[in-house]
Amino acid sequence: MIHVHPVERAWIVMGAVMLAVFAAAVFTSSLMGGIALPVPEAQVDPRLVATPGATSFGEPGLRELAPGQYEARILAQTWAFTPKEIRIKAGSKVTFYFASKDVQHGVHVDATNINLMILPGQVSKLTATFDEPGTYNFICHEYCGVGHQTMFGQVIVEP
Amino acid sequence: MYKHENRLAAWHIGIAFTFLAIGMLLGPFQVWEHAGLNLYPALKTIGVQSYYHGLTMHGVLNALVFTTFFITGFFTFTVANSLGRPMRYPAFHTASLIVMVVGLLITAVPLLLNGATVLYTFYPPLKADPLFYIGLTIVVIGSWMVGWGLLFTWGAWRKDNPKTQTPLIALGSLITMVMWQIATIGVAAEMLFLNIPWSLGWIAGNDPQLARTLFWFTGHPLVYFWLLPVYVSWYGMLPKQAGGKIFSEPLARFSFWLFLVLSVPLGLHHQYVDPGIPAGWKALHAVLTYAVFFPSLLTLFNVVASLEIGGRAAGGKGWFGWIFKLPWNDPSFTAQAFAGALFALGGISGLTNASYNLNLVTHNTAWVPGHLHLTVGTGVAFSFMGIAYWLVPKLAGRELWNKQVALWQAWTWLIGMSLMSNGLHILGLRYGVPRRSAIGLAPYTSTEWSPFLIESAIGGTILLISIILLYVNLVGTVWFSRKLTKPIEMPVAEPYDDHPAPAWLDQWRPWLAGSVILVLVAYGPVMVTLLSRLALTSPGFKVW
Repeated sequence: MIHVHPVERAWIVMGAVMLAVFAAAVFTSSLMGGIALPVPEAQVDPRLVATPGATSFGEPGLRELAPGQYEARILAQTWAFTPKEIRIKAGSKVTFYFASKDVQHGVHVDATNINLMILPGQVSKLTATFDEPGTYNFICHEYCGVGHQTMFGQVIVEP
Repeated sequence: MYKHENRLAAWHIGIAFTFLAIGMLLGPFQVWEHAGLNLYPALKTIGVQSYYHGLTMHGVLNALVFTTFFITGFFTFTVANSLGRPMRYPAFHTASLIVMVVGLLITAVPLLLNGATVLYTFYPPLKADPLFYIGLTIVVIGSWMVGWGLLFTWGAWRKDNPKTQTPLIALGSLITMVMWQIATIGVAAEMLFLNIPWSLGWIAGNDPQLARTLFWFTGHPLVYFWLLPVYVSWYGMLPKQAGGKIFSEPLARFSFWLFLVLSVPLGLHHQYVDPGIPAGWKALHAVLTYAVFFPSLLTLFNVVASLEIGGRAAGGKGWFGWIFKLPWNDPSFTAQAFAGALFALGGISGLTNASYNLNLVTHNTAWVPGHLHLTVGTGVAFSFMGIAYWLVPKLAGRELWNKQVALWQAWTWLIGMSLMSNGLHILGLRYGVPRRSAIGLAPYTSTEWSPFLIESAIGGTILLISIILLYVNLVGTVWFSRKLTKPIEMPVAEPYDDHPAPAWLDQWRPWLAGSVILVLVAYGPVMVTLLSRLALTSPGFKVW
């Protein structure tokens, strides 16, 4: 065995325990808080994704599924989201579906846990509830060409 | 001694610092742009076509070209000096250098001419000129050849010294190069099976999810490829420079072996929010990422304790008094000690990114460049500068041109980087400001961001001063300084404790087997899943 100085041994044990506690905290809070990451939802052909009738992103937009429950299908392309604005009432729960028809994009909806990559060929899905009225930007956060910095949209939550 | 090795190292490191100059000088323009001072129209007159063209050169030249050339040169030097023998096949090393330079020149053409403005992650379906992918692949092959040459040399040494333990500096260098061979399988597959045939038009489409996964297979261990040469210096050399000894030499060896096992199977922590990867595999990589933090914790204690021995030997007393007795008038020590201090903070912000859930807050925000400028931009690059303060005089056969200028360079880097990375971290965490974006031109900016954009712009300006001080000194040393009066030797720290390391810390097989098994477990099923869903449906786009 390695000869280890007692102080160093204490450090090693503390370090290992700390990492174990952090890992436990991360997974416990993820499970208890219902924190979801994007998982495989569906594959789409990026060459057809924007064609009306070919996929559900052919006519993107907001649909009300039940009172206060929505699904938003948002198409990403250089350098715009379609639709670029959705309006809902405070307290609404929205499931977002994103797809790209060209290069990689990404999106983070302000003040929510929606942060995901939008890869051509894949559908990305996450859900959030908007309790506070206000304007929430969703900004493209993956480099997608010279107009990248102009690509964003807004969720407008009305009282 | 080792004339050929010294010349090789001088070429590798000279090329590294030459291209670093271009890459680093483009950096401050980015933070100025964010703060509202857009100088890109002026940069267009010297061929920088856009913010993103400059950003791509900044990333590729600093993070890929500088690091790879510095590391291959440094290790050629360290292995020869640590084993005490020249390279087994000197001509093979000359050939490796030529291969790397040819690859670099092929890459440079589209890179500099705005034909590959795809950033250093080159995510398809952004489609660069084929030469960009081909050139980078050739650079990697050249770096493999350097690694093979070093292993041949070690093999010859082992034959002559069957009973001796491999010296620590040589062992750390070789483990890094072997890890690099395993790690680069991902990007090699991405280049050979997807990007190169696709950019040449031989296949019509690429699979962005598979390409990203292969990229990050290499992309995260790439970080340890940058970092382990620094650990070689911090463990093997810095204690000597500080008048100390290696507190626990066996644990230093143990850390390097753990990095061989743990560096690769955790790349999915860059892809927590990718749509095409099941959550269970993301969670497994999250746990393994915490595991690879462990050898860095070992290193933190061991290196600080090694320096403390030096501080106490110089008369330092009390809990912290020894710190003031360290050789703060030696720029090589000072730069590396500052680099270590900021790197520790970067480690914490990295642990945040790597956390399965917290990453939802920081992913692709300015927090990430804040983190990587403390780690690769400071822990690694600043340490390489510190190493250069003794190694460049050694290789050039001349005194360091000006020690005071070098000390000013170290202090300005510490201050400039602290400000810049602090600003970036806050912008990302508090406001979700995106990374890699020409923020100054964006329609969605908020006045709340301004103080931190300005803070990082001030930091970037101080860093520009630091860069100028660095190059004044390097140019001064190589061409204008006095010839060395006495030769410089590689600093080699002695172990503090003479208990030798046990035999299992000088055996490749168990560690290599562990590495391969863990890679297969952590990546095998993911790759099978992605290949079963292979969809070569993405044509290329040139949108810059």
